[in-house]
Amino acid sequence: MSNLVERALNGEVIAGARLMRLSDDRREGYQVFMKEIWKKTGNAHIIGITGAPGSGKSTLTDQLITKFRSAGKTVGVVAIDPTSPFTGGAILGDRIRMATHSLDEDVFIRSVGTRGNLGGLSVSTMDIVAIMDAMGKDVVIIETVGVGQDEVEIAMVADTCIVVTVPGLGDDIQAIKAGIFEIADIFVVNKSDRDGAERTSNDLKMMLEITPKRDEWTVEVLKTMAEKGEGVDELVERIHIHENFFKENKLKRRKLNERLVHVAYGAVKEKIVKDIFPPEKIHALIEEGNDPYTTVEILWKNIK
Amino acid sequence: MSKIRILMAKPGLDGHDRGVKVMSRALRDAGFEVIYTGLRQTPEAIVATAIQEDVDAIGLSILSGAHATVFPRVLELLKEKGASDISVFGGGVIPEDDIPALYKAGVTRIFTPGTPTDDAVQFINDNIKPKSA
Ligand code: B12
Ligand SMILES: Nc1nc2c(ncn2[C@@H]2O[C@H](COP(=O)(O)OP(=O)(O)OP(=O)(O)O)[C@@H](O)[C@H]2O)c(=O)[nH]1
Ligand SMILES: [Mg+2]
Repeated sequence: MSNLVERALNGEVIAGARLMRLSDDRREGYQVFMKEIWKKTGNAHIIGITGAPGSGKSTLTDQLITKFRSAGKTVGVVAIDPTSPFTGGAILGDRIRMATHSLDEDVFIRSVGTRGNLGGLSVSTMDIVAIMDAMGKDVVIIETVGVGQDEVEIAMVADTCIVVTVPGLGDDIQAIKAGIFEIADIFVVNKSDRDGAERTSNDLKMMLEITPKRDEWTVEVLKTMAEKGEGVDELVERIHIHENFFKENKLKRRKLNERLVHVAYGAVKEKIVKDIFPPEKIHALIEEGNDPYTTVEILWKNIK
Repeated sequence: MSKIRILMAKPGLDGHDRGVKVMSRALRDAGFEVIYTGLRQTPEAIVATAIQEDVDAIGLSILSGAHATVFPRVLELLKEKGASDISVFGGGVIPEDDIPALYKAGVTRIFTPGTPTDDAVQFINDNIKPKSA
């Protein structure tokens, strides 16, 4: 497996893709090579794109790839789609909108299923991002699943978090409720060719005015028509400004550590579930007639 | 947990996408991860995508009559790129008489119109394994 790491770091796509697979599947021993990979990370600018299903995240990602490529940057994309909770299967279709880049060797796109994870990403997402980072991608874009209100994991792992909305997605009350309102570094009102774009944009701006600023950063609301590529230059510009803002304010280090903590924390949870509270054992104890808290007590005692 | 990953692709100008959609859904419902890339893919794009996605198999759907050139081309490109461990199967409007030549070229299975989707699921379960390190 260490051979795979070496090959991946030398830019071999097959090897990188296989490492992603082994991590995504949580295959025996994947942590061994991920330790090597994580040591080589920290160079890529990580952009998160989140928002409601069908709001245009993939179309926007496609446009961003084009802009970054023409600026000479290499790009990785991790595109996440939902896994069926009943069958465990998934149709991963985000790539359909990024087809123009499939032959560009400096663009690595990987589709991932959520596989039961609830935060809008898969548990493996950051490992896959790390592999792309280690392989030398300058920018890595994470497209989350289409989210509702609560899937805010992206905010903990991305350097720049873009929240995409569309005109007429409901009144302002709904947006205030939404947890995803608070995680945006940049707001995008996509499909602004549609009626109500101005109103949605103004509503958002008004709400932002009464929201306390984080780190003295001003969240702007930008309008785009991703299908036609309009407004994308302004978005790229704003992303740059955010990236620089972070570097100048030494917030980059904090973000980096936040990300590592998040990944470590996820790994801890996985380990505890696997080693101490395996679902089969929980099932068995419940079937014996135990209540949930007694079940935990019994399992906990067993490890001591 | 290991999961079988399959790229479902529509090569060329063939716009018939019902079959590939029906089949993609059936494979999802059988618990596989299906990557669907949409219409009008070149063999080169299909192979590049298959490699990035580290799929175990490529399913090509062809109703345009281009099967005799597309299947061998995809197999040839996979070989060129060192990815011959990816199995290639497919379906669509493909005359019985053309099938032996495709098998000879290395295609693992062809499903013609009317095949129950379960047959494809069975084929995958019997023949495709998630790749290892
Ligand atoms: C519906 C249809 C259309 C629709 C397509 C709508 C759509 N979005 O799909 C429309 C009206 C748009 C259309 C247009 C044309 N069509 Co048309 N069409 C058909 C028709 C009647 C049915 C196809 C279909 O949807 N079947 C239902 C699906 C579920 O079945 P299926 O695709 O065969 O898939 C099954 C299996 O083949 C298999 N399978 C298929 N793919 C895969 C992939 C994998 C991985 C696996 C495991 C299995 C698998 O599993 C599926 C389930 O059993 C067929 C005739 C026929 N009986 O097949 C002609 C047919 C395919 N069309 C034909 C032609 C010529 C055309 C046109 C060129 C006509 C014209 N002159 O304008 C255009 C071309 C359009 C284009 N851009 O490609 C010819 C093709 C001839 C050939 N191959 O030599 C056919 C065979 C009719 C004929 N007998 O002449 N068509
Ligand atoms: N009118 C209009 N449609 C757009 C625009 N941008 C994207 N779309 C369309 O919106 C639909 C959904 O776009 P996607 O990019 O797939 O949206 P998504 O957010 O990635 O969707 P999920 O990943 O399924 O959540 C597609 O049909 C796009 O063509 C736009 O600016 N205007
Ligand atoms: Mg999408």
